[in-house]
Amino acid sequence: MAPSHRTLAGEITKGLLVENPVARLILGICSSLAVTNTVINGLAMGLAVIFVTVASSALVSMVRKVVPGGVRIATYIVIISGFVTLADLFLRAFFPDISKTLGPYVPLIVVNCIIMARAEVFAAKYPVVPSIADAIGMGAGYTWVLLAIGAVREILGSGTILGYTVLSEKVFTPWTVMVLPPGAFLTLGFLIGLINYVTMRRARKTR
Amino acid sequence: MRIILIFISAALINNFVLTYFLGLCPFLGVSKRFDTAVNMGLATTFVTTLTAVTTWLIQHYILERYNLLFLQNVTFIIAIAGLVQLVEMFIRKTSIALYRSLGIYLPLITTNCIVLGLALFAALRDYTFVESVFFGAGAGVGFTIALIIMSGIREELEFADVPEVLKGAPITLLMAGMLALAFMGFAGLLSV
Repeated sequence: MAPSHRTLAGEITKGLLVENPVARLILGICSSLAVTNTVINGLAMGLAVIFVTVASSALVSMVRKVVPGGVRIATYIVIISGFVTLADLFLRAFFPDISKTLGPYVPLIVVNCIIMARAEVFAAKYPVVPSIADAIGMGAGYTWVLLAIGAVREILGSGTILGYTVLSEKVFTPWTVMVLPPGAFLTLGFLIGLINYVTMRRARKTR
Repeated sequence: MRIILIFISAALINNFVLTYFLGLCPFLGVSKRFDTAVNMGLATTFVTTLTAVTTWLIQHYILERYNLLFLQNVTFIIAIAGLVQLVEMFIRKTSIALYRSLGIYLPLITTNCIVLGLALFAALRDYTFVESVFFGAGAGVGFTIALIIMSGIREELEFADVPEVLKGAPITLLMAGMLALAFMGFAGLLSV
């Protein structure tokens, strides 16, 4: 599916919308819903995923010619979980509060399908530099969706953004349900619908 | 009593799919038909229970004893992958019919985040051995319940007139939202 003659910039930007991992490929949904009750949690999770995706894509791409096909999935898992442990320990040491609210969702990045999918679909076939570009794009695409969901849920659910009050309680009664699990499903459902709408309209215009 | 609470809490009140958002990939992927949903749910329940046993043993007899907790992620995921492989081989030897009907779903369980998630939650909450087993079983049962309900809804949804832009994943997510809302009603059932 990935055309090989893209420019580096093209590799990065395709992850933002056209092949956005969350909205278009429906990968990595678990974490994008679980940690987005506030913007700051979404940002921390996004950065952690960018780091892990870039590092593991680079390493997978480096070793792609020496790893036999039969054990490649196992190799990827070990590489990815190594970097996830690194990210987890880093958060625990320098941002203990965020690490505590994210809880087991940081170690769960191991089974985030985005990283595995990029390793298998892209990094295993292409040189290091395009692989890194692809990983940055995918990570950034994941992060902006997380931030968008986080922003909607935080504004509607508690009337704040990044902890600052934007909708005062006098004029707006917070919809508590948006901070709770159902709000996450609804927000993502409507967000994907919106992205579908935009891409469909664009396709109709070019035709 | 405590183990019953843990079981019910994992299956209904804190349903893994609808409140922890774990296992959403298979939840969205294989909930199109009722019978595959049942099979997938049962296979997952089997694996989650076994995983709870295995990772508890690893956690307490290897990682904690030799102070290797930083290896937790790596060992858990390798243990789960090995376990799923073992279950697959065992089922293929004992029951070809069951193996055929589960088919591709078995290996997919490795990347079901419920499995790793429950191992991490159990380690985090310091459950005893028996508690871990019931927690694992409850997680699997909760996943099965959510999957079966969802497949029922989706079979009906085939006949509904859904707007073009919401077809597929978005409408499923919206349905899951409603379902999560309904499951919030269980919150008052027990206080854990």
